[in-house]
Amino acid sequence: MSLIITQGLTKRFGAVTAVSDLTVDVSPGVVGLIGANGAGKSTLLKMLLGLLPPTSGSASVLGLDVVAQGAEVRQRVGYMPEHDSLPPDSSATEFVVQMAQLAGLPRTAARERAADTLRHVGLYEERYRPMGGYSTGMRQRVKLAQALAHDPQLVLLDEPTNGLDPAGRDDMLGLIRRIGTEFGISVLVTSHLLGELERVCDAVVVIDGGQLLRSSSTAEVTAASSLLAVEVDGGTDGGTEGGTEELAALLRSSGLAVSPAGRVLEVELRDDTTYDVVRDGAVRLGLGLVRVERRRHRMAEMFTTPATDAAASERTPDPTPDPTEALGVHGA
Amino acid sequence: MSTAPEHAGSAVTSEQGVIHDIGYRHYDGPRLGRGAIRRAMFLEGLRGAYGLGRSARSKVVPALLLAAMCLPALILVIVASVTGASRLPLNYTAYPLNLQVLVAIFVAAQAPVLVSRDLRFRVVSLYFSRPMERIDYVLARWAGLTGAVLLLLALPLTILLAGALLSQMPLGEQVGDYLRALGQAALLAVLLSGIALVIAAVTPRRGLGVAAIITVLLVLSGVQATVESIAVNEGEGTLGGYSRLLSPSTLVAAVSDDVLGGGTGVGPPDAIGTSVEILVYLAAVAACYGLLVLRYRKVSVS
Repeated sequence: MSLIITQGLTKRFGAVTAVSDLTVDVSPGVVGLIGANGAGKSTLLKMLLGLLPPTSGSASVLGLDVVAQGAEVRQRVGYMPEHDSLPPDSSATEFVVQMAQLAGLPRTAARERAADTLRHVGLYEERYRPMGGYSTGMRQRVKLAQALAHDPQLVLLDEPTNGLDPAGRDDMLGLIRRIGTEFGISVLVTSHLLGELERVCDAVVVIDGGQLLRSSSTAEVTAASSLLAVEVDGGTDGGTEGGTEELAALLRSSGLAVSPAGRVLEVELRDDTTYDVVRDGAVRLGLGLVRVERRRHRMAEMFTTPATDAAASERTPDPTPDPTEALGVHGA
Repeated sequence: MSTAPEHAGSAVTSEQGVIHDIGYRHYDGPRLGRGAIRRAMFLEGLRGAYGLGRSARSKVVPALLLAAMCLPALILVIVASVTGASRLPLNYTAYPLNLQVLVAIFVAAQAPVLVSRDLRFRVVSLYFSRPMERIDYVLARWAGLTGAVLLLLALPLTILLAGALLSQMPLGEQVGDYLRALGQAALLAVLLSGIALVIAAVTPRRGLGVAAIITVLLVLSGVQATVESIAVNEGEGTLGGYSRLLSPSTLVAAVSDDVLGGGTGVGPPDAIGTSVEILVYLAAVAACYGLLVLRYRKVSVS
């Protein structure tokens, strides 16, 4: 059964078209929804929750029509908004219990579920304190816990890594992966950072300007390519640069296509003997092999296709902590 | 990032000791319907109005006001029992009217606690992501505040009744008056809560909401008192009676006097006056409801 189906889904706010004629069919699993700020991700999530009526087109979530069966959808779906939405004068426990009750759980069950989910997201003693004093990381965890409190079949996470430091981001991404695998709950997670979704998602939907750019599985996008990345250390003249170039020359003389990419050599992978050639060459030159790995396509390459290149390059000033992960910034 | 069930059974160590991670458990118990969800929201509001389930600071104001409401009742009861009076020095129905400033302060202070905070901190966007319609939210919040105000009014009345019965005043008479006063308290709680919630729902800043509500309630009651005293001085008794429609507390007193009985004859005279005051009361409640529904229809979920 499909998780989410949209048919020509369109949402206009006056003259602005936030989502335009979107038709996708998403299978259960961890699904990334990628797009720059203003691409229509949040609008799409709100339509999927039945909170915003579409201007035209239709959408169904878990086989339920979002317009006609909005309440049923919301009973089975958890939602974590992008913005802050926690009352500062309640404790995390009180609040998550309340949110579970508002999904129809009896109070005792809600208490149990709240304790469980807060533990799963990694909130311990601090969950009894008023949330006004929480750090951004803790607030994001509470928002995630309330989305899980009623044991939904699908959670919609809007920019869950927003405002988190690198360690917090890793934790959050790990948690999202666990929700999809261990918990068995499907996830639709939005982000404008490609790299992080690449790590946790089974499939990705890319939208830009409210339109679908691509919908495919992560495996497809990041399938193994026929390139071997080789990094070596040391060399006869002591310099790393020299060693890399010597190896490149040697490999070329064996008939392999080699192109340097920074400190790494990208070697054409013909068959398994290519590994032997690289190994033997390094041994002959007395170089240390730091890395030999099969290159994967990166999601960023989706944006280098000519059709989207212009649109993608407009987005490069997007402020992101790691520029190589930003949408539209292609790998070096 | 582990995908295997090897997580189950392992132990996660925290500062507090060892927590056994038994893995994620699904919930397969009952899922209740819209009625239960509304009830949960109502109870949260009722408790929230007294600061229960909230920070310690938010309990101070409602607790002080509740104590202030009950203290005069205690004193009256003690005086009555010491002097061996055959009836209470103050009528049940007159009690809330005499302490209406405290009631106004309570409503003004606690209505923003219920609705302004949900708007300001955008908690509504989480509430509406649940199977709860906007109308459910409006009704639950209104019922929550009404319940809180009713409690504030009913507790001192109950103290009065208990004291009266302990001093062996006539049971039938006392209980009748008490029930009448409870009916009046309910009418007052509904109207005051409605007015306060409408104002609080358009002032997301809490302090502003408190000030706006108290101003509106005190101004209405001041205008009413002025008009009535002028009318009475000029010998316009009928106008004086109709002036009681201007303020929530006098309007409710007039309605309950005519509908529930009490015979003090406050409010507009004769049958026409009675139907006018009932209509005004119902119109005021309907207006509050309409305005709240309009307001929340426009609340954005983001």
